[in-house]
This record gives sequence, structure tokens and C-alpha cells, in this order.
Amino acid sequence: MVLDIRHLTKSFPGDPDPVRVLCGIDLRLGAGESLALTGESGSGKSTLLTLIAGLDAPDAGTVCIDGQDICPLPDAARAALRRDSVGLIFQQFNLIPSLTAGANLSFQARLAGRQDRAWEAEIAARLGIADLLDRYPEQLSGGQQQRVAIARTLAARPKLILADEPTGNLDEDRSDAVLALMQGLSRDSGAALLMATHSIRLAGRLDRRVHLSHGRLST
Amino acid sequence: MTGPGWRAAAGAFLSHWRRHPGQGATLLLGLALATALWTGVQAINAEARASYDRAADLVGQQGRPDLVARDGGPIPVATYVALRRAGWPVAPILEGSLRLGGRQVSLLGLDPLTAPVLPTPDDGGTDSSDADALAAFIGPPGQFFGAPATLAALDPAPDQILISDSGLPPGLLVGDIATVGRLLQRPDNLSRLVLLEDPPAHAPPLARIAPGLDRREADRQADLTGLTGSFHLNLTAFGALSFAVGLFIVHGAVGLAFEQRRGMVRTLRALGLPARDLALLLAAELLCAALLAGGIGVGLGYVLAAALLPDVAATLQGLYGAPASGTLTLRPGWVAAGMGMALAGTALAAAQSLWRIFHLPVLAAAQPRAWRLASARGMRRQALLGVGLIGLAAALTAGGSGLTAGFALLGALLLGAALMLPPCLAAALRWAETRARHPLAQWFWADSRQQLPGLSLALMALLLALAANIGVSTMVGSFRATFTGWLDQRLAAEAYVNAGDAGTAARLAPWLRQQGVTLLPRIDTAARLNGQPGTVQGLSDAPTWRTHWPMIAALPGAWDDLAAGRGVFINEQLSHRGAIGPGGAVRIDGTDLPVLGVYSDYGNPAPEAVMGLDAFHDRFPDEPLVRFALRLPPERVADVAAALRTRFALPADRVQDQRAIKARSLEIFERTFAVTAALNLLTLGVAGLAIFTSLLTLSSQRLPQVAPVWAIGTPRLRLGGMELARAAALAGMTALLAVPVGLALAWILLAVVNVAAFGWRLPMLLFPLDWLRLGGLAVLAGGAAAALPALRLMRRPAADLLRVFAYER
Amino acid sequence: MGRRPTAQGRRARDRSGRLVRAALIVMLAVLGARAMAQGFAGLGSDADGYTLPAPAASFQFPADHGPHPDFRIEWWYVTANLTAADGTAYGVQWTLFRSALVPRAAPGWASRQIWFAHAGLTTADRQFAAQRRARGGIGQAGVTPSPFAAWIDDWQLAGTDDLARLQMTARGDDFAYDLTLTADGPLVLHGDGGYSLKSPRGQASYYYSQPGYRVSGVLHLPGGPVQVTGQAWLDREWSSQPLAPTQTGWDWVSLHLEDGAKLMVYRLRDSAAPDFVPATYVAPGGGARALPAGVVALVPLHTSRVAGRRIPTAWRVTWPEGGVDLRLDALNPQSWMDTAPPYWEGPVQISGSHRGAGYLEMTGYD
Repeated sequence: MVLDIRHLTKSFPGDPDPVRVLCGIDLRLGAGESLALTGESGSGKSTLLTLIAGLDAPDAGTVCIDGQDICPLPDAARAALRRDSVGLIFQQFNLIPSLTAGANLSFQARLAGRQDRAWEAEIAARLGIADLLDRYPEQLSGGQQQRVAIARTLAARPKLILADEPTGNLDEDRSDAVLALMQGLSRDSGAALLMATHSIRLAGRLDRRVHLSHGRLST
Repeated sequence: MTGPGWRAAAGAFLSHWRRHPGQGATLLLGLALATALWTGVQAINAEARASYDRAADLVGQQGRPDLVARDGGPIPVATYVALRRAGWPVAPILEGSLRLGGRQVSLLGLDPLTAPVLPTPDDGGTDSSDADALAAFIGPPGQFFGAPATLAALDPAPDQILISDSGLPPGLLVGDIATVGRLLQRPDNLSRLVLLEDPPAHAPPLARIAPGLDRREADRQADLTGLTGSFHLNLTAFGALSFAVGLFIVHGAVGLAFEQRRGMVRTLRALGLPARDLALLLAAELLCAALLAGGIGVGLGYVLAAALLPDVAATLQGLYGAPASGTLTLRPGWVAAGMGMALAGTALAAAQSLWRIFHLPVLAAAQPRAWRLASARGMRRQALLGVGLIGLAAALTAGGSGLTAGFALLGALLLGAALMLPPCLAAALRWAETRARHPLAQWFWADSRQQLPGLSLALMALLLALAANIGVSTMVGSFRATFTGWLDQRLAAEAYVNAGDAGTAARLAPWLRQQGVTLLPRIDTAARLNGQPGTVQGLSDAPTWRTHWPMIAALPGAWDDLAAGRGVFINEQLSHRGAIGPGGAVRIDGTDLPVLGVYSDYGNPAPEAVMGLDAFHDRFPDEPLVRFALRLPPERVADVAAALRTRFALPADRVQDQRAIKARSLEIFERTFAVTAALNLLTLGVAGLAIFTSLLTLSSQRLPQVAPVWAIGTPRLRLGGMELARAAALAGMTALLAVPVGLALAWILLAVVNVAAFGWRLPMLLFPLDWLRLGGLAVLAGGAAAALPALRLMRRPAADLLRVFAYER
Repeated sequence: MGRRPTAQGRRARDRSGRLVRAALIVMLAVLGARAMAQGFAGLGSDADGYTLPAPAASFQFPADHGPHPDFRIEWWYVTANLTAADGTAYGVQWTLFRSALVPRAAPGWASRQIWFAHAGLTTADRQFAAQRRARGGIGQAGVTPSPFAAWIDDWQLAGTDDLARLQMTARGDDFAYDLTLTADGPLVLHGDGGYSLKSPRGQASYYYSQPGYRVSGVLHLPGGPVQVTGQAWLDREWSSQPLAPTQTGWDWVSLHLEDGAKLMVYRLRDSAAPDFVPATYVAPGGGARALPAGVVALVPLHTSRVAGRRIPTAWRVTWPEGGVDLRLDALNPQSWMDTAPPYWEGPVQISGSHRGAGYLEMTGYD
């Protein structure tokens, strides 16, 4: 199992009582598998992704990535795990504005110390951004930026890709194309893909689908 | 992280500056300016202090204690020899004053073999061998060391070889004790003995060898020290103020450097860069920036100091008669202080940014409202601290005394006021919000309040700069007005003539009387007043003096008693220092005389007394009467002066128009505060820069707040205008609050610090026009600082504003 | 402010130090008999107005024990080799210099006679030094022949008009001494009846000594007072003439030999000519004999590193005709007088053909 989540619980301070966002989530995801996570706005999708990425700590439960429970690890170790094993694709493209598209593309791989130029070139070609690599993010359209962000994640060959509304800013045709690419590439690189989305249509294109509501998952 | 990993992270982190060199320049400029201001003030201070120390050392022979005759009289040379032969390490000093080269000069005679400090010629004296130097110093004819101006005024020059030493006080000649003894005709007398070190244990006690001598600790120079000390304290206060203002600007610059990369920091963390490594990167980057900018700042400070220093030298020389050379040497002390300021300021400011790195929500959007609530709690705490500090200031006013208390008082007041500013502004904005009818106006005030936390540091800097401006300009204004009035009173006559010698004076006086000119004799001599060197004037019993002399306090019938020789008037300095008032007594050259009255004598560091002209002639029969004040219709001054010059062959400077003297006297005081004015303006400029950087920081985060207002139909032009208006309004409100703070500052300077340091208190005058001008300047500065951010907002593509909604959830 | 010495203050003090040294240099360079160094040649001007030593001296005592203000330079110089009851060796030096800025005396501050003094105390491992300076004319320093007294501040060398019995005191920050000197023998006149040639080119001084003092008294050291006894040597010398420009320094010894004989020899080092090495031998009975230059040899054997320079601290003295072949070893090779000017002066122990103790002075090693 690339991802193994058990009894994950998280609440936030609220007025007057704490708000329980996640109440005992259990989730498993194998290599090459893709899973859609749907739910209303505010249902806790982002919170769940945050916990899986090790950016926040749960109140209870475990998150195992590649067999290792990340919850008890210190920040630096979780950051290292993120760097080496997890790829994050945000709704906001989160490119580094002062680096070119090419530098952004290879950034995470270089950070993890395993840059593979041939693989980068293949990704860039398949995502159709090979001609854009000298440009700065502000010179790219929203779709192009999103494709650079996806390429950055794939270039680092993560075991687990976490995507949060990755095609939220794209029209249907374009988002279908991007998703297809993402799925194909993650499958080819043997990565597990977990994607949070509003869209039932997009969710239907992935291998599996779970729905988050009132802090619990249902299929 | 691996080496390539570090390189990738650092490359990304620094790439920001490559893409935005302007922002990098702002960071460096902010740091450099703050350092420069601080360094400049320190440099001036250190230089003036060192320069002054040189002179004080020589005159006071390095502040060592000395032995003086208990009766204030001379010490026989035999007593000196007896002390030396008993093992007492003493050095002889002979002091006196004398008419030399047509001038009254003070003479200081040293024995070059025992004196711990000798004068240093300006040219370094390297052209002659050392053996020749000793022989030449001893003479005959011997040498006199003096300030260049002192030497230039000696006409005709005395027999001695004159050597300029700019480190010496005006009017003082230093020479061999034999030369001075011969000129003063006191070959067997000494004025005092400097105790070079404590006598050895086996040496017999002073009472056994020289029972007529007393040991006096080195406080004789305290008067001069206190006066120049006041000026340096003034500068030190400015240094501290500029440090505070500098800290604000450094904070702003560093905050900007972080805020502009907030998004990048989030991305880097999301991509797996540990917060610790990020913090290290930021710290390393800021360290480099601090070193670079600190270096630039120290250089700028040097330039600033070099530009201002001639004024400082003029100030010290003119006001206190203390020499300060107008040149600057690089002193490790203030270079280190400047670099320390840059590093410490950066570290302090960086602490907040580093904290944010660890606490930045990686995925959550900014929560401005939560921030505001959090800062409301902080604001209450801040207000309480501010009230506490102002309370402390009040307690110090009631209970403290002396210079230190005065400056502690200043510090508490300024810091307290600065801390009170944000709560006061918040209250004012809330009030405005409740009064606003138009929804846009309501939003304007609410939004202003939301920006307050981000701007408060810059506004506090502005408050301090404005308060200092108001305080110092009030002090200078009061000083100037009082001094002008005093000049009018004291320079009551229309013209002044110096006949040069008694013979000319005797021929000149009858001629003037023939012309219908009223003659008022002017005569004075150096004397010791309560043991301190000073001046005694003889005053004729003339109605002019009775009506114009600036008396502060007097016994009934004081003028009649003065004319009859039954006592003296003393100046305020002597009165304050000796705690003597009318009815007390003052010792003049060993004789106690009743004090009949006290008069104001601004700008004179030395004690002074006046006595009736007859009493003066009795007491100082050798002092020739050569100078007169002339009363005549103003329109005749030019003719009479010309006639005097031609008929009696008087050099031009011997006949002086009262108006010229006044102008020259005023000029000295104008120069005195020229430095202050320059520093004031600089401080204000730096505060303006602080506002600018703060606004720039805020503007990058403000799109989410502005976009909805734009979306519901407010043109960008209007929004930009409101940005300008907000900055101007905040600056204006700060200026309003700065007025009472500045006035309190002025009061402390005039009524506490000045009395403690100078010995006289000045009436405080208010100059509301100055406040208006300053308020206008502050609003302008705020508007100017907001101009660029506002312009950027106005030119913002609609797409940027739209994108806010796309990103927001 | 003003209490602490500033850089300027220090400069000024250095400067006064320089002035002092300068005057001392004038005086020392005149005769070179005691201290001099290369580069003083510029001062070798004509002795304008000063009396010059002339051959066929006839001293008038006690008047000539007193100062000669018409000569440029003069000194009263005592060196003593002392021993404590436990056998520990010590050396003591007491020197008063007079240097004239004009060739006459005057009362009060008008005097242009300058006085300097050095005191030294040497143990095997420490060297103590102190100096004083004063104006003439006012009584702070001076010499009176009758009753004999030479003093500066609280230092004094005083006693009988014939110098046969003297009391000698001086003190520095961390040492002091108070010694009684008694001599039975006659004064010894060096050179030609007291006219002592300093160079083959004619420079000369008046020079006499009392080489035969017995000493007793007390040394005050940081560890406490020490009672000592021993022997002392007094030098009196005055002149107005500078050394030859090429004479760069000097080595001088006065030796108390165990048989009661005394030997004084000095070497004037010359960069352009052979060294000039005159000597005086005083037989145990008191008969003195001036030995022409070159008869006695004074040769360095061994140097030590002292105050950053190499200085000979072991010497060989040979006088074949007199059966003398001595080795001199410094009691303390670091006997550096850190005064203005600095020089090496300290006791030596004698071995070889004779045993005994003496004093060594060396200048001009830069």
C-alpha cells in the first residue's frame, strides 16, 4: 500500500465548541491506483490532504505512506518525506514566480536530489509545455501554469500524488485532457493518485471514488 | 537535504531578488539609511567629544586632582620643591591673565619636565629635532601655543614664538612656566599643583609639608564638561531617536522582504523544504544583506558626519568656547556601532519573519479578520504599557533631578507616546467609522483600521520624528526669541568703540562728547569667581543700563548700591551653579562681596559679575579704560564711526555698529542649531521611507480587500485615490498626536535638561505655525509614501483583481 | 570626559617623553661616556659657548664635586655590587645627570639647566628601574659641593665634602634602597690627571672616580627588606664635546677584583676606525695607573636576546702585562634599563685569573 490511513480524526477550535472536521477516516491506496475524493465546500477535503501531506498533525489516527507512519515524525522528517515521496498539485498553481517554467519543472526533483532530464523532457513534451520552459509563470496562461505544476510533481517521481482541484481553473475539454495526461503519467511512473474535486464528472474518470461528508467517507 | 537540494532551494529563494531588483534595493536602502543616520550621529558625537577631550586634558592636565592654597592665593615655588623632595608626585601650574598683543589673554604655564600633558602643534612639530623642541619651548624667548584665532588676534605679536594648536580653547596661551612667570611678574608663584598620582605610602602627609594647601578633586572642569556635555547629550538623544527610527525602518524593510515571498515560502514548504532549512536560508540572506547594507550605511554615515561636522565644530566653538576640530577620523567605535546597529536591527526585525515561517499555514488562505482580532488584544496590552511609561515620566518629572533623570524622562515619554499611538489611532478610526454615512466611507475607515497593525510601526516612527521636530524647533525658537530680546536689552547702545590704548582713549572721549555722543565706559578683566575662572565687568551708573540691563532678580535699591560699590550683580549661570541669589555673597579673587542682583547672560559658559565703575577701578587699578558704548541717534552712527576711524587712525574693527554685533551674535546661535535642523529633516525623511516600505508591504496583500470593493463598482482610480487619502489621513492624525508629545519634549528640554546642563532656564514659547507646517509636511510625506502603491493599484490589470475571486474559497 | 587619558593625551605624554629623551640624548651624546647610539651625529655641533675640557686638569675639591654649569653635560654615577647574608647577589645603580641648555646657571625658573636621574636594582631574575627629571634653579634637583649633596626629588646622594662617606637613597614604584657608602682610598683621576680622551681625534672629558666604597644598607623589594653589604664605585664626569660621528656605542666595565685591585675599561665602538679602548688599573694599595688605549682588550663572548635586540652578556677582559684574563658573566642577562634612553646596565660576576664582581654598561645596541 502506498497510502494507508486509519481512524484519522481532526477538529479545529470553534466558537463555542470545537468543530470536528474528520471523524475516523480509513483509506487505502495502492501503487498505480487513482482515487477521487469528492465532497461539498468545507467538507474537509483540504484538511484531509493537508494531513496526508504532513503539513498538519491529526488529533488521532495514523497516516502511513509507503509503510511509514508520518504522524509522529518531526517537521524536518515530514518535509523530507514530502520532498522524496509525495507530490502536491494545488488548485492555485503555486509556481515560484521568480523562476522560469523550466526551473519550476525541475525544482522538486532537484530539491530531492534526483533530477532526470530525459524524464523531464518526456513529461514536458507530453504535457505540451516544451516550448514554454524559458518563460516566467506570469507569462503563461492559467492552463499552461497548471500543466507546469503537474509536470513539476511528476518530474520528481513521487510515490503518491495529492491533487487539490487541479483543473479547477480550466474548461471541461482542457481539464479532461489534463486529467488524462496526469492519470497516464502517474500510472506510467507507478504513482498512486489522490485527487480532491467537486466534479462528479471528473471523479468518474478515476479508478475509485470516495465521498467526504460530515467528517466521514462513503463510497 | 543534499548539496544540489540546498542549491536549488537557495537559488529559488534568491531568484526573487533577481526578478525584483527594486525590492532588493529598497531592503538595502532601508537598512543602509537607518545605519547611516545612526552612524552619522555617533561619528559626530565621537569626533566632537574627542576634540573636546583634547582641550580639557591640557587645561585640566587630564582631570587629575590638584593642590591649591586654602586661602585661594599663590603657592610659593619653595612649597612645590618641598613636596617633590618629600616624594609627592606633583607638577606646577602657573595661571593668570594679562594684556598681551592688545588683548586680554589667559596664560597657562607648564614645566615640560613634569607636566603630564603638553600642547601639540598643528603641524605635528616634526620639522625640528626633539632636543631643539625642548630648548625652544623653554626659551628664551620661549614658545606660546594657542588656537589659531587666538594667535592671529595678537597684535603686535609678543616676543615668544607662536605655535598654533587648534586643540586649545580660545583666548588661552600655553607656554613654559618660566616664560609665563616672567610675563606675569610672578616668578616665585604657582597657581596650583597637579597631583600626577597618589603619593607613595611613605610620603609624609600634606598637612606636614604644606599645611596651607588643600587637595581638590578634579571637578574644576565640571562647568566646561557640563556645558559641552549638554550638547553631546543632545546629540546622544538624537542618536537614540535615530536608532529607534532606524529600527522601525529596518523592521519595515525586512518585513517587506519576507511578505513579498510569502507565496514562495508556502510553495517551498509544500514541496518539502523543512521550515528549519527555510529559516536558515532567510537568516543567511538577511545576514548578508545586513553586512552589505551596514557597510554602505557606515560609509553614508561618514559622509553625513563629514558634511555636518564643520557646523558641529562651529557650534561647540561658538556656543561653549570648546574647541572641536572640523575634521573627521574613522573611529573603530562608531564603525562597530553602525554595523552592530544594522545587524541587531535586522535580527530584531527578522525574528518576526522567522516566527512566521514556522507558523505560516501552508494551504490556508490569509485570515485578515482573525489577525485584526488578535492585534486588538495586543493593542490593549500596548496601550497599558504606554500609559505605564507616561506615568513613569510623570513620576520622574516630580521626583528626579539632573541630566540623567532628564534623559530618562525623555525616553519614557517618547516610548510611551509611541506605544499609545496605535490604540489612539484605532479609537479615532472606530469613531469615524460609526459616524460615516456613505457605505464607501464606512469601508474606508474600517479598511484603514484593518491596515493599522501593518502600518503602526511606521506611524510610530513618524510620531517620534514629528515629536522630536516639534520639541526641538520649540526649543530653538524659544532660545532664539529670548536671546534676541536679551541682545536688544544688553546691546542697548548704538555703537561700540575700542580705542586700543589708554592714550587714544583719553583723546577720543572729549572729542566724542563734543559731538554730543553719550559715552558709557566698558571695562572688564579676568578674575576668579568663587574659585572659577570668569570675568568681572565695571558698569557706569547710566540710565541706559538701569533701563536695559536684563535683571532677573534684584534687591531693592540694587542699582544705587551697585553705583556706590556696595556689592555686585552676578549672571544666572554663577547664581545657579553656586546657588547664590540676591542677598548672598560671591568671592571675587579672594574677597567676598554681597550679591545685589542676578541678570541673564545666555550663551556665556563662564561665571560673570558686574560692579560699579568706581569700585572696579579701585579693585583693578591697572586695567586701562579703552572701550566705550556710544549713545547717539542711529542715523549718525555711520558718520561718527567713519570720523573716529580717520581722526584717531582706528582699525575698522575697533568701531562697531550695534546692528553688526547683533547679527554676529545671532549667527552663532543659528549655527548652533543648524546641525539639529539638518538631523531633524533627515529623521523625518527616514520616517517617510518607513511608511513607504510598510505601505508597499501592505499593498501586496491588499488585493483581497480591495477587489470586492472594485467588483461592486468602485473605479480603480477612485480606489487609488482612497489609498492616498488613507495614508495622508493616518499621517495627519499622527501629526496631531505628535503636537502634545513634541511640546512635552520641548518642556523637558527647556525646563529640565537645559537647567541641569546649562544653568539657565528658558521661557517656553509656542509656534503654532511651525506645527501647521510640520503637519502639512507629515501629510505630504504620507501621501508621497502611498503614491507608488496607489499608482500600482490604479494600473492593476482587471485580471489581477478577478483572479482574487478565482483563488479565494 | 577628560578624566581618562585620550589618544591625544597619550600623544602629548609620549611627546614629553620624547622631549626628555631628547635632552638626555643631547647630554649623553656629548660625551658618549655612558649612553649613546647611532644617529646622534646630527647633534655633534660646535660646543658654542660651553667650556671645553683642556689637558693638564687641576681639580679643586670639594668645588669640583659640584656642578659645572658652563659644561654641557655632567653626571654623578654610582654602581654597587651587593650581597645579602644568604649569599644572594644584587646590583644597584644611582645616577644623576645634568644637561645644560645654555652654559650658565640662573636662579629660579630662569635656569636652563636640566636634571635627570636613573635608579636601577638588579637581582638574578629581575630588573627594577625608575627615572626622575627636574628643572634646575628652583631646588628640585641639584648638587652642592659643601656639604656634599646631590639630589632630585626624594632621591639623594649626600655626605662628607671628600665623598668618603655617603648616604644613597632612591625609590621607584616597586623598589627602593637606602645604602651607606664608606671609602678609605683616594680618588682616582682617569686619563691624564683627569683629562680623559674619548677618541684619537681629540674629544675628551674630565673624569674621576672613587672606586673603593664599602657598602652596607637595606634594599626594599616587593618581597620585603633585605640587608646587604658590598662594594661600590662612583664616577664623576663632565664635558661639552660630542663623540666622533662614527662612534656608535659603548661598553664599559668597572671591576672589583678579589685581591683589592680595581679595573675600569671601556670600549668606544667606531664604525669607521678601530674601537677605542682605554683603561685604568688601581692597585690594591690605591695607586692608579692609566692604561693607554689598546693595552687592555674587552671582547664579547656571548650574546643574549634583550628587549628585542642581541646584546653581549658575557665578556673576556685580557691584560697580558698585568696577568689579567677574566671572564665576565651578567648576573641577570636581562638587566635592561627601560628608561629614556634605554640601555643595558647590571652587575657581572668575574671568573678566570681573578675572582670578583663588577658592573657592566652597554649602549648603542639598536
